[in-house]
Amino acid sequence: MSKIGVVTFPGSLDDGDAARAARISGAEVVRLWHADPDLHGVDAVVLPGGFSYGDYLRCGAIARFAPVMETIADAARGGMPVLGICNGFQILCEAHLLPGALTRNQHLHFRNRDQWLRMENSSTAWTNHFAEGQEILIPVKNGEGCYVADERTLDELEANGQIVARYVRGNPNGSTRDIAAIRNEAGNVLGIMPHPEHAVEALTGPSLDGLGFFSSVLKHLADAKAAA
Amino acid sequence: MNLEAMSVDTVKDAESTPEELQPYLELGLKDDEYQRIKQILGRRPTQSELAMYSIMWSEHCSYKSSKVHLRQFGEKAPPSDRMLAGIGENAGVIQINEKIAVTFKVESHNHPSFVEPYQGAATGVGGIVRDILAMGARPILVMDSLRFGAADHPDTQRVLPGVVAGVGGYGNCLGLPNVGGEVFFDECYQGNPLVNALSLGVLPVDGLQRKEADGPGNIVVLMGAKTGRDGIGGVSVLASATFDDESQQRRPSVQVGDPFTEKLLIESCLELYAAKLIVGVQDLGGAGLTCALTETAASAGTGMDIQLEKVHLREASMEPHEILASESQERMLFVVEPAKLDAVLGIAQLWGVIATPIGVVTDTGRVRITFHGETVVDVPPGSLADDGPVYARPLREPADLILLQADRAETLPRPHHDFQLKDTMLKLAASPNLCDRSWVTEQYDRYVLGNTVLAQPEDSGIVRLDEETGLGVALSLDCNSRFARLDPYEGAKLALAEAYRNVAVTGAEPVAVTDCLNFGSPEDPAVMWQFAEAVRGIADGCQELGIPVTGGNVSFYNQTGAVAIHPTPVVGVLGVLENVAQRIPMGFSHTGDVLVLLGETSLELSGSEWAWVAHQHLGGRPPKVDFAREQAIAGFMQRAAETGLVRSAHDLSDGGLAQALVESVLRKGLGATVTLPVDIEPFVSLFSESAGRVLISVPVGHRQAFESLLAEHELPATILGQVDDEGADLTVIGHGEAGRFTVSQSELREAFSGTLPRMFGAGESGAAEAVTAGSPAETVLVVETVEITETVAVEAEAPAALLAEGEPFAEPSEPAQTDETERRAES
Repeated sequence: MSKIGVVTFPGSLDDGDAARAARISGAEVVRLWHADPDLHGVDAVVLPGGFSYGDYLRCGAIARFAPVMETIADAARGGMPVLGICNGFQILCEAHLLPGALTRNQHLHFRNRDQWLRMENSSTAWTNHFAEGQEILIPVKNGEGCYVADERTLDELEANGQIVARYVRGNPNGSTRDIAAIRNEAGNVLGIMPHPEHAVEALTGPSLDGLGFFSSVLKHLADAKAAA
Repeated sequence: MNLEAMSVDTVKDAESTPEELQPYLELGLKDDEYQRIKQILGRRPTQSELAMYSIMWSEHCSYKSSKVHLRQFGEKAPPSDRMLAGIGENAGVIQINEKIAVTFKVESHNHPSFVEPYQGAATGVGGIVRDILAMGARPILVMDSLRFGAADHPDTQRVLPGVVAGVGGYGNCLGLPNVGGEVFFDECYQGNPLVNALSLGVLPVDGLQRKEADGPGNIVVLMGAKTGRDGIGGVSVLASATFDDESQQRRPSVQVGDPFTEKLLIESCLELYAAKLIVGVQDLGGAGLTCALTETAASAGTGMDIQLEKVHLREASMEPHEILASESQERMLFVVEPAKLDAVLGIAQLWGVIATPIGVVTDTGRVRITFHGETVVDVPPGSLADDGPVYARPLREPADLILLQADRAETLPRPHHDFQLKDTMLKLAASPNLCDRSWVTEQYDRYVLGNTVLAQPEDSGIVRLDEETGLGVALSLDCNSRFARLDPYEGAKLALAEAYRNVAVTGAEPVAVTDCLNFGSPEDPAVMWQFAEAVRGIADGCQELGIPVTGGNVSFYNQTGAVAIHPTPVVGVLGVLENVAQRIPMGFSHTGDVLVLLGETSLELSGSEWAWVAHQHLGGRPPKVDFAREQAIAGFMQRAAETGLVRSAHDLSDGGLAQALVESVLRKGLGATVTLPVDIEPFVSLFSESAGRVLISVPVGHRQAFESLLAEHELPATILGQVDDEGADLTVIGHGEAGRFTVSQSELREAFSGTLPRMFGAGESGAAEAVTAGSPAETVLVVETVEITETVAVEAEAPAALLAEGEPFAEPSEPAQTDETERRAES
């Protein structure tokens, strides 16, 4: 069984939910602690939502320096699948594993709603389950989810197919070019602002669309093992 | 530390200068109260002691005006096997099953929220969460009940956005889903907004923590944030004095919150509890260290020796009385056996929280506090915590009440024609008190922790406690303060009935009550009468319903000058669901489902939203309460949830049937056709606010099972019509002049959704389309429910006949149905 690690930083909030989602998808879940650089043999890592270190200084700016992040950054450069959700996305940007930055929502409010996304790229470890152009419904909830980058970077992202999901039927935070999720060039690192881990049970979520991210990575890992 | 420069007033000083004048009046103490302190101590109090008594004997801490009335909650409470801890604790504790208990409470943070809306509201959430934490529970949700002045008043523009951002900012950062509450506007709250916050926590039945500082020799540990000058005098100066023009200068009295520290404190505490490392625990809230030290010692009958200079300070220059009175947030006090101290400090270090031993428990029966070796406090703790003054204040019915009650809304001119009824429906749907709350609730995280089954705008918040069994709780917070103004006894009962019904319509079994009693000055006999009546109403209502009040909070002095707010007894009801998958949501979800109104409609328009919106009128007597009917509804809905006989349910309250239809249509976007009963004036059917009514939608096909369940619970019901297709209009068929009218969903949505964004800022870059489900209620589960239905229905009855549309099964609806058929033929 593939092992998915879920990191807990001080102030992580959706860590238990990310672990539940991975478990429901059929992964073995390993909880990782911010101060422990050991990844305990996991095959993939989720950086969960929340307010790591109180979001002091800038969202994700302190978490980036956590001992566990140094190991994760190395592993990510080596091809390990890493998914950053919300605060996790912010941390990935601060750690320069992804380009650009997440800034305050344009309307200055925290916003929680059920949000439609259009999946634009299936060639990542975390989205191979989706069809390109498929629309999915998952919750968004953030105060600083407005993605920004310079024009050249944005054009490069577009050209390289690194924009993985865009907001449709309304942009909840003013994000540039409606960007909801981006990947690194290799496709193993994905940052997404909305919360797939909150759309994994019919009872508690607006849909089951979030499961696709976790089943994608399990397939990716299985394929990699088969190839090896 | 230069003590001389600080001129610290020691016990020695107090003994040698017995006649020194002290500012007890400025601190809110009366002459006789000051004399009693001298009597207790046998000398004048030191500056620190005076600060402590003034805080602990303030209305906020001592409940000195309310105590004699609140006793009824205990005296009239029905015996309950479920209650593990009740009034007097930080929060009541209710046993859910053999393993799990929950603790819940609602508390006010009104005055600070007027002075500094963001921080006032934020620390209100932080404070109630620590109350829950102190019982040994993991907090798992919050709710908020908010009241503001007129929506279009300029100051509401300042207060509301700050309060909402504060509630969200703190709760979101703690990772606690906000699952419901209220937002209400009335000019009586203009200078006195109400911010009531509720939290609920879950704990193992044997994991209840005690506050007693037992065991002389045990160590007293202060954990959490550093102590600063914030909130000093918050209790005695802010919470126990009426607002006047100087209130803007009191900003330093409002505490500043740091939810990140509280999150770490929560995780540390839960580890301490799990490892059984502590003897006692108390949160630091109002009255800060003063309250925590004296209450823990007094409840154990022990004493304490405290070295105050060991407290970690934000500002080194703080004087002893400031340290004792500080209401800095995010602090907890623990009593720890010496052998376990290192383990306690280790857990604090793991989470990066400051923990400091500040003294020891003694058997002296006195709390002695030294500051750099000088004794500044030497008091019997019970004199502060338990023996505060108690007043039986004079009560007098408000002089204007008779005239107010005589001025009935039932005599106001009311519309009759269909176009007028449609216009009224839309106007009410767009009114600040009935319109869409998304502008507020979207600022709250309702998903975190992954157990939210229903959240706003549903009638109750429902949260799963156990993923294996589906065990869960339902909660609702309600009050219609206009009803309470017209009759505080009946108004309080109506608040209880509404919260009870909101829980019941989801299929949950209501089991316990918490309340937050917001009133004007207790020194005004008219206000005190309102308070006494409201308490009596809640206590009588609980007795009749057979569920106990487990705790709550009193907030007095909610007035500006001589004008008090409407009496506002906010009631929270807790319900239990054995399996949250069976919960009944609101909102029409299946075309063809039959619409049924449970309960009876009378001509009851006084205090209604219509009277206010159409005529700016408040007068008459509020609707009648019938708790037997409310219980029948609860019993019916529980059985209906178990058997899947009801697909959706929505309580009728503010705005009556008209508003319930608007909300039920817009929830999932399915239209409806409704025929109003012929024996009731159409306007009254639509806009009366009679209690004890629920709008339900029923899947076709189980008529007999449904009818017999109604009969079993002796519940009157009227067929109103049916659910139509997605996107279809809402059609209302009346009779006589009322004719019929049709409202499109876009008309409804525009009216309902536009109001708050228009008033408080759209806050939108590309405007979002309405996404259907606001909360997690989905098709997959409804299908499961239907399967259950059929099995049970077949077992219960002879082959279930189709509950065909238009087939009446209750008397009153028969003519109405005929009427509908005729009109359909006409059209």
